[in-house]
Amino acid sequence: MTAPVVLDRRSVLAGGGALIVSFSLRGAIAQEQKPQSPALPGSLAKSPNLDSWIRIDANGQVTAFTGKAELGQGFRTAFQQIAAEQLDIPFDALKVITADTKLTANEGYTSGSHSMQDSGTAILHAAAQARALLVAEAARRFDLPPDGLRTENAAVIAPDGRRLGYGELVASDMLHVQAQPTSSLKDPAGFKVMGQPVPRVDIPAKVTGGAAYVQDMRLPGMVHARVVRPPSYGAQFVECDTAAIEKMPGVIQIVRDGNFLAVVAEKEFSAVKAMHALAAAAKWRESAKLPNQHDLANVLTALPSQDFAILQRSDPTVSGARSLEATYTRPYQSHGSIGPSCAVAQFIDGAMTVWTHTQGVYPDRQAIAEMLGMAPASVRLIHVEGSGCYGHNGADDAAADAALIARALPGRPVRVQWMREQEHGWEPYGPAMVTKLSASLTADGKIADWNFAVWSNTHSMRPGGAGALLAAQHMARSFAVPAPKPLPLPEGGGDRNAIPIYNFPNAHVMHHFIPAMPLRISAMRALGAYHNVFSTESFMDELAALAGADPVEFRLRHLDDQRGRAVVVKAAEEFGWTRGQQPPRNRGYGFAFARYKNLAAYCAIASEVEVDRETGRARLVRAVAAVDAGQVVNPDGITNQIEGAIVQSTSWTLYESVTFDETRITSIDWQTYPILRFNAVPDSIAVHIINRPGQPFLGSGETGQGPAAASLANAIAHATGKRLRDLPLSRKRIKDAIDA
Amino acid sequence: MMTLKVNGRDHQVDAEADTPLLYVLRNDLALNAAKFGCGLGQCGSCTVIVDGKAVLSCVTPLVLVEGKQVTTLEGLGTVATPAPIQRAFMEEQAAQCGYCIAGMMMRAQALLMRNPKPSDAQIRAELEPNLCRCGTHMRILRAVHRAARLMDTADAASDRSIR
Amino acid sequence: MTGQLRIITGIAAIVLVAGAAAALAVAWRPQIAAIAPPRADTFDPDLVKRGRELAAIGNCNTCHTVQAGATYAGGLPVPTPFGIVFSSNITPDADTGIGGWPEEAFVRAMRSGVARDGQHLYPTFPYDHFTNVSDADDRALYAFLMTRQPVHASPPANQLSFPLNYRLLIAGWKLLYLRSGDALQDSAKGAEWNRGAYLVEGLAHCGACHTPRNALGAERVNAQFSGGEVDNWHAYALNDTSHAPVRWTADALYAYLRHGWQADHGTARGPMAEVVGNLATVPDGDVRAIAVYMADISGALAPDRKRPADVVAQSSSDDAAQTHAAGAAIYAAACASCHEGRRALPYGGVNLALSTAIASPDPRNLLNIVLSGVGAIEGERSPIMPGFAASIDDTQMVALTAYLRERFGKRPAWANLDKAERDARAVQATSLAARDTPAESRQRGKP
Repeated sequence: MTAPVVLDRRSVLAGGGALIVSFSLRGAIAQEQKPQSPALPGSLAKSPNLDSWIRIDANGQVTAFTGKAELGQGFRTAFQQIAAEQLDIPFDALKVITADTKLTANEGYTSGSHSMQDSGTAILHAAAQARALLVAEAARRFDLPPDGLRTENAAVIAPDGRRLGYGELVASDMLHVQAQPTSSLKDPAGFKVMGQPVPRVDIPAKVTGGAAYVQDMRLPGMVHARVVRPPSYGAQFVECDTAAIEKMPGVIQIVRDGNFLAVVAEKEFSAVKAMHALAAAAKWRESAKLPNQHDLANVLTALPSQDFAILQRSDPTVSGARSLEATYTRPYQSHGSIGPSCAVAQFIDGAMTVWTHTQGVYPDRQAIAEMLGMAPASVRLIHVEGSGCYGHNGADDAAADAALIARALPGRPVRVQWMREQEHGWEPYGPAMVTKLSASLTADGKIADWNFAVWSNTHSMRPGGAGALLAAQHMARSFAVPAPKPLPLPEGGGDRNAIPIYNFPNAHVMHHFIPAMPLRISAMRALGAYHNVFSTESFMDELAALAGADPVEFRLRHLDDQRGRAVVVKAAEEFGWTRGQQPPRNRGYGFAFARYKNLAAYCAIASEVEVDRETGRARLVRAVAAVDAGQVVNPDGITNQIEGAIVQSTSWTLYESVTFDETRITSIDWQTYPILRFNAVPDSIAVHIINRPGQPFLGSGETGQGPAAASLANAIAHATGKRLRDLPLSRKRIKDAIDA
Repeated sequence: MMTLKVNGRDHQVDAEADTPLLYVLRNDLALNAAKFGCGLGQCGSCTVIVDGKAVLSCVTPLVLVEGKQVTTLEGLGTVATPAPIQRAFMEEQAAQCGYCIAGMMMRAQALLMRNPKPSDAQIRAELEPNLCRCGTHMRILRAVHRAARLMDTADAASDRSIR
Repeated sequence: MTGQLRIITGIAAIVLVAGAAAALAVAWRPQIAAIAPPRADTFDPDLVKRGRELAAIGNCNTCHTVQAGATYAGGLPVPTPFGIVFSSNITPDADTGIGGWPEEAFVRAMRSGVARDGQHLYPTFPYDHFTNVSDADDRALYAFLMTRQPVHASPPANQLSFPLNYRLLIAGWKLLYLRSGDALQDSAKGAEWNRGAYLVEGLAHCGACHTPRNALGAERVNAQFSGGEVDNWHAYALNDTSHAPVRWTADALYAYLRHGWQADHGTARGPMAEVVGNLATVPDGDVRAIAVYMADISGALAPDRKRPADVVAQSSSDDAAQTHAAGAAIYAAACASCHEGRRALPYGGVNLALSTAIASPDPRNLLNIVLSGVGAIEGERSPIMPGFAASIDDTQMVALTAYLRERFGKRPAWANLDKAERDARAVQATSLAARDTPAESRQRGKP
């Protein structure tokens, strides 16, 4: 299996270059590979071996591997389409294996709309190169030049009709070779599977009660655990009389390690009852001092910050006359997964296996291994889908909980299910943010000078070290929370999309990175881009009004990026946007645009809202989006992502904020953290995709969040004549603005 | 021990009377569809049908369902022979993560059993107790409309009798 | 007296009275000439602001808005023993609302229940309370309503049977029941009390729900605040016949009216939820005044109601679990986790020993709340309680509520609980069925 490869593939790989045959042990896990060439596309750069991505068995079974975790975005289907297309295999004949530290490449986290860019691109090229290798092998056996051969239905076919199936062609280590920087990709014009709205492979199980989630796992001998979290950040365990609880029916064990407290029972409801009893019995010393939630703008800007000038563009020949300034704020917001986090762990013979819906099996493995004082090689993390997470929710923490508890019960699989209050109370929130903007206009109504300053925490406290995990923080041998770091540009974190895409002659952008984190925070869908785009695009409308310009025309006036212009024009056209158009009474139109991270997908959204002037209730009536996510693999997948982004962002924007008192988080369920329900769902959402065949995949998971928010805010301003700058744009704030 | 009627079959269940139906369905009967979302009756992920009505199984203890007919999503159909509501959700690709979807489908099913031709406003009103976080709402609405049309065909008539 | 007999008697009485009234020619009221709707910017913004607060105290939006309809555009069906009256459009639309009404017409409607065109208004519009609203407040209300957005909407025709469809008869009713407009004032009491009296007896029209009505639909003055009816809910007695397990103090009333819940009493729901929703937007002083006055009229207290909340919260009947084993099992399994949980109000369930619904002689509110629960308010932090109509059958419901009555109410069993349960369920089912009908015809606040 690990024998050196003898084939000379030099001549057959498109793009040429040296063929480097890797002799690394396959069993020694793909992530150990050292990148040989920085030019390799997507995640091939980090895991260059083709067999990290594509495996072909002698029986003809083809499997694609991804180190990314399916979170409900549907990319498992998209990857299957890519591999099927490039390999000429029937779509249904292909399997896709997702993140597993024993089987797949280390692709870090599934985040930042990177799955298509990183993993999709790797599979695209790996599949194309695998196909080339198969053709080369067939050419050798047919004794024909490879140029004349074609592939179809998992076989290479010669002009004379001879045919060799992939299973027959594959040699043991044929794909155990390093990828080349370029591949002979199929012409998009001839695509049969890519670009098609192929139905998602995971949906049939999800609509018939099939096992689809980590929550659905039932391993033989599995026991149920519940954690009792401290009542507030930093609370210290004082005492707990557990005698009566240990005698409760079905209770197996109470696990306590410092401030970490959990109970294990044979049956799930026994664990729940014991958890309630334990929570009631436990005494804690609380010390948290949370900030004033009603004054976050001042709280944040008063905290010490590290200041980075991330854009300084000057053109002294241009200066403005009329100027405007504004401050926008965003509260802490919850991921709010519908299914609270869950994990299953089993500790056998010194080896720990954790089934988890983490977004990063490798980093989380690292953290859990460190927490347990184990070698990473003795810990295996297997991704199993959970409820949608939209960023760093409680998944990693639940995995750590399960591992810590499982170590106390060797041999038995332990399932930990967080309760609703725990998910809402302990998940790391999307950070609160403040932006201060000022700009001036030239006499001819163009922006001469743009100043943007953002105050924010980091937007990722994801594991890497154990200190990121609640269980590790709470255990007696406590791991400190790692020092936060600003995420580097060009993608950025708090400053994601803080740099404008527009061609302002003078532009200054400051990132005030705040290391102190009064609340537990981490990555939430779109990171800082949600608020920065909300701020930028709201302010663009304010400036358009000052210039007496139509908002769409005003954007185009400052936008050189041709693909950006194309989505702006497309969204406006499809919406029926016309200059000065008068909406029906109490309605308003809004527009917003961004290119996510200034390097990923483009998205423009036009919205129509209705505002009840007496109650302040705002409702999105319809939204029309145009999106350019590069080469389209599954158009319905992109549409689904954008539709979802619009609805979710509408919920964030109109309703959502984490609440807390001086000590405790108080938004701990759907009563106290209300989100959008069906009566607020728009009448229609239309998504128009601009396909860019042959262009790189840009990902579509997060591009809609910011534009949806700003489009909504602009439409509310249009409907009411009042500009709201503090998120959420709640009923009360709208009513107060109208009544003011 | 008590007898629970689920998806047309009697099951002997060894569980306390105060155990929420949800845990019994998931753990004792190994049925995946009903999901734990909040345990508080606030999100609808656990929705099943009891005697023809949509019920939140996380706040419905066994003591209330003894002798009643419980139907879960598994009881409606399979991948090979899907019920109209299942076919409709597949055809509309009405899921992202899908965690809320089983509950949505059961509440929609209960509505369609009561009102075979609901208006859009009625579907929205009916689904009010159920939360979706991915923002799949537009597709869910389309799927329920599609299910109503599918159920309207004669060959699907038998599915209406599901209780 | 059966309901039907009462109605027939009522009709007869009205006919007689109306005949007399007509003979005396008191019924006729002149039309007041329509005006061109005044422009919104002709009103003083401060007056409009004051009017907004007063409209909230008057709870105007509740009756003058249909579910999911335009605020103040009317059309809400208000069921009465005599038929259905639809609320009017009070937006300043010239054709269908009050856009053509000069201020004097508005004041006349408030004072004497007469529309601009001279027609008598049915007393479902509680002008019997509004008589005492001051000129200044009427002016502010007028300014507020006239600066709303005009909505073109005519309410459906009232569904009243002969002879009640003749508005002339209302003149007779007014002769009997419409009191003069002087506000109740007592110089011996403080300013706060007097302010409270002015609001409670007048614009806030608390008695419209909390005072029982006679056969002719008028409030029984000698039974003021001893409990009434609204939308199939029992509006609790607010006077010394109150069944609240813990006495209402001015502070407790203030907190309840201001925030919609109070730790010793629970959370407002049903029609009262709308009232406290409005009161959340009015000046603090007015809510406090209402609370002070209300606490005073609650009068002398029976000794067992003076116990502090913590004592009440711990007390319960130990026998109940034996006598109502089935109900006890349901309570323990379905209710206790929230109602005995560690979470405080309003998001945790109230300790049922504090529940007025269980202590009340009328079981309807308890039945309503268990059947329907408390729904989420879109985008707003608000308590949610799941309804149990679909999971609890008639037998289980009776067993549960009978148990709650004995265990927590510690009062004699409700008579006819079976019938009350079936009635409540029928109302609940009607409400559910109403969801399957167009929004316009939906009623408000139905359990």
